[in-house]
Formats: sequence, C-alpha cells, structure tokens
Amino acid sequence: MVGSYKKGSAAKTPALGLRALALVLLSVLLMFLDQRDGHLDAVRQTIGAAVYPLQVTVDAPARLWNWMRTRSASRNQLQLENSRLKIESLVSKGQIQELAALRAENDRLRALLDARERVRGEVRVAEIMAVDANPYRHNIVLDIGRRHGVYDGQTIIDANGVVGQVIETGLLTSQAILISDPDHALPVEVSRNGLRTIAFGTGEFDRLDLPFLPNNADIRSGDLLTTSGLGGAFPPGYPVAVVGMVNRIPQEPFADVVATPAAALNQVREVMLIWHQPAADEPEPATAETPDDQDE
Amino acid sequence: MSNGARIPYLSVLGTLIVALMLTMLPLPKAVEAFRPDWLALVLIFWVMMLPRGISVGVAWMAGIVLDVTQGTLLGQHALALCVVAAITARFHLQMRVFPVSQMTATVLALLGLYQFLLFWINGVAGITAPPVHYWGPLVTGTILWPILSVMLSGIRYRTPAGA
Repeated sequence: MVGSYKKGSAAKTPALGLRALALVLLSVLLMFLDQRDGHLDAVRQTIGAAVYPLQVTVDAPARLWNWMRTRSASRNQLQLENSRLKIESLVSKGQIQELAALRAENDRLRALLDARERVRGEVRVAEIMAVDANPYRHNIVLDIGRRHGVYDGQTIIDANGVVGQVIETGLLTSQAILISDPDHALPVEVSRNGLRTIAFGTGEFDRLDLPFLPNNADIRSGDLLTTSGLGGAFPPGYPVAVVGMVNRIPQEPFADVVATPAAALNQVREVMLIWHQPAADEPEPATAETPDDQDE
Repeated sequence: MSNGARIPYLSVLGTLIVALMLTMLPLPKAVEAFRPDWLALVLIFWVMMLPRGISVGVAWMAGIVLDVTQGTLLGQHALALCVVAAITARFHLQMRVFPVSQMTATVLALLGLYQFLLFWINGVAGITAPPVHYWGPLVTGTILWPILSVMLSGIRYRTPAGA
C-alpha cells in the first residue's frame, strides 16, 4: 500500500493523503513496539551501522583538534605534565597497596561472616564521540559497541565516579544515559552509615535530587553517596555524588536533599565501561543480606 | 516526470545527509537548544519544489534515520516529518508563489506543528524536556529559512540535470 504510487497525476491528492495516513499509522505502530520492548533493535542496529560513517565525520574535527593540541604541546609543557603524572602515579600506587591490604582484609572478614564475595568487574576505556544525540535528554555516544562486548545496562564510570549506563548498543557505537538525565534514577547508599535511597537526575550536570529521605534521616552535607548495587543494574561501591545541601522543612514529610555528582559529567572525554558479572541471576541473597550487613 | 522537472536525486540526498550531520554536530550547551530542525527545513524545501518525487515516503525514511541517530522512539520524527511533508505537498503550489515573508510565516507554522508533534509524542511516552528545546528551534529555523531556501535553489539549479 505504501509503495503504490500512481503514475496518473489525477489521483495525486487522494494518493498523497492515503500514503501519509499509512505512514503515520506505521510510525505509531513502530513507536508502540519500540516503547514496549526492544523488538526493533535489529532495525536500529542496521540503520545505525549505515549512519556510522556520518558520526565519524562529524566527530572528526574535534578529534583533529585534540590531536593537534597534543602535537603542538611544547617540550616544557610535556615535561611538566610528565613529572606531574609521575607523582600522581606514585601516589596512586601507594594507595593501591593500601587497597590490596584492605581488600584482603575485607575478603577475610566477609568469609568470616559467610557473606557472598563481591564481584569485581573488568574495565575498558571508551571515548565519548563528539556527537550530539537526543536534545531532550542527557545522552552520550560512545565509540565502542556490541562488537567490543558492550551490553545494555552496562555501567559507565570515569576517574571520579559513576557517569551513567548504556541504553542502546550498536555494532560499533553505543548510546548511554547520564545519571543527570531527568529520567534517570540510581539506587545509592550513604557510605558513612549505609542509609539507602535513590538519586534522581535533574537535567543539570551538577545536581542530583534525593527526594525520598525523611526529615529525620541521618544525612549531612559532605556525605559520600555510593552505588548500593540494589536493583542489579550497577555494581555496588562506586562513588556517585557528594551531598551538598540538606534542607529540612518541619511540616514537609521529606527533606530537600541535593547532591553533586562525583564524576565530571560534562567534561569527560574518556570513560570506563565495567564488565560486571550481573548479580541479577541471584538477586535474593544480595538484597536479603544487605540490611544485616550494613544497617548497624 | 510529466511536468518536465527532473528530480536531482543526488542533490536531494546530499543536502539531506548534510542536514543530518548538522543535527549531530556538537554545539556548546548554551546554544544547543536553539539548533534549527535542519532536516525538517531541507525537506520542506524539496517537497515544495518537487512534490512528485520527494514526498511523504522520503520524509518518513529520513525521519526513521533521524530517530536512530538521536535515540528517540523509532517513528517519532518519522511521523512528524511525514505529516509536515504531506501538508507541504498538498499546498506546494500556493507556497511556491508566496512572497518571502508569507512563505517564512508558513514555514514557521510547519515547524511549529513539527515541534508540537514531537512534544506530544514525548508527552504520551512520558519524556520531559525544558520548554526551550521546543521553541528554540522554531526561532532559529524561521530566521534561517529565507537564506536556506535561496541556497537550496542554487544547489537545485546549478547541478547538471540527470543523476
């Protein structure tokens, strides 16, 4: 029906209306299927692969600019940067030693408590392509995709904390949603006392909302929020945000709590993807244990 | 084609691809909300000029590609572009003889309808966005239209017929 284009020009107007109507109905059907579930991933991936060269072309100037900037850096600058990095590396190596000791101790204690061992994931660096995705949302496009093993729901972090998660994988690129997107919610806990809550994106890069904390909740400005691992989407223990302002309004049921994301959401170019073996296969023991574990 | 107008498919495809790339081009956050709807503008032009060859079908396919690159609901932009193209095709004879001011006003109305459809679908799907994302493109799109239509006419008549 869609392709039946009449050659006779007399039938033009009705044919136009009909075709438009058919296409509109087809669009509605597509949107319905797409909204329900990923029935249309294959279509998306095929078209996505066709559009890949365009994305690379659009990204090229930014890439070239970066390359030129590194190329034209003076020897002096490089030496300075090099020495700074050496010091940084030394410091982090020291911290890693400490971490190894802590990890061993933690494993021992967990073994004593008969707790499940924490799963540690593998990490791979990805680059954010300078391609603007959906303007209504905080989305980014990454330069690795299904071919590199990326999967839907995968956690993305940067050097400081959680950045977001993958929402769509193409063959060579993938799209991710940032934690600052207004439609994104992330289960977190206060690292100081294990208080669990949910952090919502606000549409601003430097602000997360914690709307479900009662007025008497033990939370203060400066508290570090980490992923709680509940819900199975994010691995536990990664820093998410630092609590900024806590505003307790006596007659309201919930306190007004705002946090600042730990990751530099609008500045990063390199991010890390975590291959975290999903705890989704065995969600029950994890959720059942956590209260005893951490609610002291 | 019956009225002698050959369809310069290469130019159409080229301009559509450029429009798509402009849509993906990274902009500073401050002006991002004012990115014009390049694809809609270019499609309005081609449908107005060549409604026999470039019409709802092309608009729909372009919309699907746009949906994939933007990660929106598959069919959202397709639907909006298809409706805009249908109206443009229906009134292409009137629009062609309009003076610039009136044509620009018509384009403003079409872009408004386009944004309204996107907004409406977003609303049904439960996606929220700051309102500037809806009216920003209208302003820039309308301002750009007179220049853009002159440029596209240049492309249309400069290319060797055929292709």
